[in-house]
Amino acid sequence: MDLLMLFIAAIFVQNYVLYYFLGICPFLGVSKRIDSAVSMGMAVTFVMTITAVVSWMINHWILIPFKLDYLQIVSFILVIAALVQLVEMFIRKISPPLYQALGIYLPLITTNCAIMGLALLTALRNYNFIHAVIFGVGSGLGFTLAIVLMASIREQLDLADVPEPLKGAGIALIVAGIMALAFTGFSGMIT
Amino acid sequence: MSSKSLTAEYLKGLWDENPVFRQLLGMCPVLAVTNAVINGIAMGLAASFVLILSSVVVASIKKLIPAQVRIASYIVVIATFVTIADRVMAAYFPPISKALGPYVPLIVVNCIILGRQEAFSSRNSVGRALIDALGMSTGFILALLILSSIREVLGAGTFLGYQVMGPWFKPWIIMILPAGAFITLGILLGIALAIEQRTRRGRA
Repeated sequence: MDLLMLFIAAIFVQNYVLYYFLGICPFLGVSKRIDSAVSMGMAVTFVMTITAVVSWMINHWILIPFKLDYLQIVSFILVIAALVQLVEMFIRKISPPLYQALGIYLPLITTNCAIMGLALLTALRNYNFIHAVIFGVGSGLGFTLAIVLMASIREQLDLADVPEPLKGAGIALIVAGIMALAFTGFSGMIT
Repeated sequence: MSSKSLTAEYLKGLWDENPVFRQLLGMCPVLAVTNAVINGIAMGLAASFVLILSSVVVASIKKLIPAQVRIASYIVVIATFVTIADRVMAAYFPPISKALGPYVPLIVVNCIILGRQEAFSSRNSVGRALIDALGMSTGFILALLILSSIREVLGAGTFLGYQVMGPWFKPWIIMILPAGAFITLGILLGIALAIEQRTRRGRA
């Protein structure tokens, strides 16, 4: 029950983009078409799940036992950068079609605050291993939901008559605001 | 090497290349911590500390860094200063550090900071890199200040915790919610672009 709550909270109530404001750059940058938004969402979910596992292991097996937790920031960022590189090489070898779909989005993810935020939030909240994994998957799906919804709105927005200065990022942020408002409706789901 | 005067190098960060309004960089902290002016200022100062010191360090060791590993090297430099900022804040300003939560460590992935190292510090002298970092920091703090002032005054009726609105004022709760951050920044971006378009038309 506890786990289910955590999962739902990560997707809807404390949505990664609309509540924590993490991953805004890809959210605004890669949300112009639905198919690329879906690929980006999948890539982020994939990397987030792996990051949750690896950062948990580093934090609990290396940093905490050796009292090195002041190295958290440095070690997380380096591990994430190496990890994304590794995942990219691995996918290219194992599954070329998947690489075709995710390829160009993977390097973009390295400096994405969503991934680093996940590692930091898991460490900050002292999740156990299972919770960390569930939180990682849920956050990734939450990001995917937000970016796909955003892309479907923006495809319609192309036909709308938007004031000149608001075109592009301005109207995208306002749409995101209205979406965030709608998502606050979910806050009653978790007590 | 750019040939701009040092004053121009500083001033470009305020408007022409303002990191938030013009380059759309570093949006996550801008949206996340601007629900109160004090949080905005704290985030602005922490990010400026990291940006200024990283720029100076990167500009001074740029000849020693091999091109292939430059990004990783910049990240290590940045992460070092972020750790210092994070620890100092946690030690001396615990309430603010708590309010900002994971967003202080997240300065490490702030695109403004890495962007300036790659685009400016790695190919300019230490002095120029310092001036550029100071300008970008001022621009960033300015953006945070504008956004957090609007959100705190309208959302809570206070400025830096002091009551500024009369008793008739009903706070707009939406402004301190995440939704208010998106909508306010969206409108501000529109205003900034409108001003820019008007002045460009005026010059032409």
